[in-house]
Amino acid sequence: MEFKQTRQGYVDGLLELAAEIPDLVVLDADVAKATKTVDFQAAHPDRFFNCGVQEQHMLSAAAGLALEGFLPFASTFGVFACCRAGDQMRNSIAYPQLNVKIGATHCGISTGGDGASHQSIEDIAIARSFPNMTVLVPGDYEEAKQATRAAAYHVGPVYLRFGRDTYPVVAEIHGDFEIGKAKLLRMGSDVTIITTGIMVSEGLMAADSLTEKGYSVRVLHYPTIKPLDEKAIIAAARETQGIVTAEEHSVIGGLGEAVAGVVTQSYPCPVHRVGVMDVFGESGHANELLDQYGLRAVNIVEAVLNILSEPLKKESYGSLS
Amino acid sequence: MTDRSFLAAKALKTRKSIIEMVHRANSGHVGGSLGAVEIVVALYYCLMRHRPEQPDWRDRDRFILSKGHCTPVVYAVLADCGYFPESDLQTFRRPGSHLQGHPYQPKTPGIDASTGTLGLGISTGVGMALGAKLRNQQHHYYILCGDGELQEGQVWEAAMFANKYKLGNIIAFVDRNYLQTDGHSETVMPLDPLRPKWESFGWDVDEIDGHDFAQIIAAVQRAKANASRPTMIIAHTVKGKGVSFMEHEASWHGTPPGKDDFRKAMEELGHGV
Repeated sequence: MEFKQTRQGYVDGLLELAAEIPDLVVLDADVAKATKTVDFQAAHPDRFFNCGVQEQHMLSAAAGLALEGFLPFASTFGVFACCRAGDQMRNSIAYPQLNVKIGATHCGISTGGDGASHQSIEDIAIARSFPNMTVLVPGDYEEAKQATRAAAYHVGPVYLRFGRDTYPVVAEIHGDFEIGKAKLLRMGSDVTIITTGIMVSEGLMAADSLTEKGYSVRVLHYPTIKPLDEKAIIAAARETQGIVTAEEHSVIGGLGEAVAGVVTQSYPCPVHRVGVMDVFGESGHANELLDQYGLRAVNIVEAVLNILSEPLKKESYGSLS
Repeated sequence: MTDRSFLAAKALKTRKSIIEMVHRANSGHVGGSLGAVEIVVALYYCLMRHRPEQPDWRDRDRFILSKGHCTPVVYAVLADCGYFPESDLQTFRRPGSHLQGHPYQPKTPGIDASTGTLGLGISTGVGMALGAKLRNQQHHYYILCGDGELQEGQVWEAAMFANKYKLGNIIAFVDRNYLQTDGHSETVMPLDPLRPKWESFGWDVDEIDGHDFAQIIAAVQRAKANASRPTMIIAHTVKGKGVSFMEHEASWHGTPPGKDDFRKAMEELGHGV
């Protein structure tokens, strides 16, 4: 299995876009080596602006550049973009619906050794709660590049979520990328696994192991959290016995709750959420932490089996449709 | 230079408009709006290159109200300039109006940047000014900050950034009235000595009486002449200026005038102008 960084996909996307969009500029807040925008700086020094350790100013200044017709990509760690500069993301960018792209790296528990202060597990919840925001959570290097390209050609604010570590390359998700469109990776009729971000590889492994056991498993991948592809979720709720969501994020406010919100309104079915269970992380290697916090295929399999063993079945809802 | 009695008449009309707007809405910030009247009037009627009939004219000078709560003074002037009908002022802070409590650029003709939470405006203005510099555009960015606003850390982030990129197209004002919501600025959170703070951040600093048109105009001309660095003009003002019982009173920061105070204020400002 090949492993690559999603943050490298971000910057490789930016490097392609630089030639296509002369108004594209990149801002960073003294983490250019970590976000990889240092590669952009080397290629286009006159289109790169290091704001120093000023995430709040960076987002408002990016809004100013957008007002003057530029296409700014503001880059920092997810925890700084959403928590430290949450006001600026909301009031400078989302509310006036400015064409600013926020490239957030080091998201999720796999940020590793820096510990809980730097492991962004709330950013999806925060970003998706702002009206006008589009939220993209790509699953591997190639999809990160595709998402970056799609964000550049989408008019309006976009939050892009990347990790720090290297993650499996998943060929199945390399088809056309369209904002707001889920990717059907496996068709199945017993249960549905819905993944976002780097959890796609774990979701597919879980599906493979369940298939070996004789279950028919559907796998949907959601590189767009907002706008949410509700159709695919409702179809899964109707056609399978339940949904397991998998995200490298808190179970509060992320993919799981977004999916649960759709099914409770449209076609109630069990939704089990695999994610960080409302706790802060700690320092460790990415792989250790993904094990420790229950973000593995085995945890998804367990959740699926729980759904299938539950007495609550579709028939209970009889008249609801 | 524009005739001084013309500016004085515009200032008086603006003050009445502010009182009416906030009274009618029963909501809004009258003290800081009254104190900034001469600055805003001097900018729009004398100093800024702008076209009310073409609000998005590319080469216009931009104005950013970083102390975003003082929309009444800006809306009054924009309406008088013809950006939108003066009757719109009656809809200030009401549902369906384009005149939001704090400036909202997508909706209001003449508003160049959305602001609201303090510190955002100067930061956004600095980003805009960088954009203009990258394109070699010659227009200026006029940014009006409150003094209480300078307690926000983001203001000093923006100050550093403007210095790094030598954004000489920025001409900012701080409305130095020493009063903020909870009282005297030096009690709530001291800002003095203010001038050396800005100087040490690499800005040119000027200090004027913010109610004297001649001083405002001269300071802006000095700032324009020195285009190598951003300028901060510390404008000493009186919060609530022009209405005796509102002057120097922090309590008039965000309290709308009721019926009696409205009548008294309008009488002081004189009818018929």
